[in-house]
Amino acid sequence: MSESLRGVVVGHGSVAVSLIDAAEQITGLRGVLTAVTNSGCDRGTLEERVAGAVGSGPAVVFVDLAAGSCLIAVLRRLRDREDVEVVTGVNLAMLVDFLFHTDLAPAEAAARAAESGTGAIRVP
Amino acid sequence: MPVLLARVDDRLIHGQVVLGWGRPLGLERIILVDDEVAANEWEQELYRMAVPSGIEVVFATVAEGTRQLGEWHRDRRRTALLTGEIEAMAALHAADPGAIHRINLGGLHHQPGRSERLPYLYLTDAELARLDQLVAAGADITAQDVPTAQRTAVEALR
Repeated sequence: MSESLRGVVVGHGSVAVSLIDAAEQITGLRGVLTAVTNSGCDRGTLEERVAGAVGSGPAVVFVDLAAGSCLIAVLRRLRDREDVEVVTGVNLAMLVDFLFHTDLAPAEAAARAAESGTGAIRVP
Repeated sequence: MPVLLARVDDRLIHGQVVLGWGRPLGLERIILVDDEVAANEWEQELYRMAVPSGIEVVFATVAEGTRQLGEWHRDRRRTALLTGEIEAMAALHAADPGAIHRINLGGLHHQPGRSERLPYLYLTDAELARLDQLVAAGADITAQDVPTAQRTAVEALR
């Protein structure tokens, strides 16, 4: 049996913890997502935090911004991992979708999460 | 226009620099003096991604920086100059104290041997002593992560 898909949210300040808390409250699915903050650490330490959270199995890593220290740390550390996908601009809709599709391969789960997240951005 | 911001920040080019300082200063150019990044084009692209298209990004080694500092200082573009380490900024200051007179400590984070001086600033005693040397050599050094934060002098960091 293949290893289950994990999700890691990397962001500034407390954004990752808060988004995960909200996504878990909505779905009732806990223990799948791990938060990583860039608070109080330099580039090397942030990379270590990211690597520790992702572990050795398949994962989708959600990053808050499409540039900057969090994305740089993620790409520096994980760019050679074929079983890890990276999605930027994380939002709540994206994480909720991901939590319901952890049976998919990382690329498929990342693509549909990104689509859900993009679709949630509207000016009603 | 001289170098408007000479900043030591171990996160190098990131949101606080590009947005926090970049907007109020009206930056037109960011120069990153870092040996590791200057040798890695892939990483340079990552850092360029963080910068709006209207701001030029220049990468240089410390050795190149000490040679080009005068030219950068005479350039009319509104410029921020970044290093990830105190020693690199010290080398630039030594090369041209007039160009690097004011030094901003923007972020040095926890590492073994460092202790917290401010929430965003951790220093070893040796690093603090190096800052004292720079002050004695004429540098005006303050810690300030973003423009809206209070500036803290080196004397208040011990």
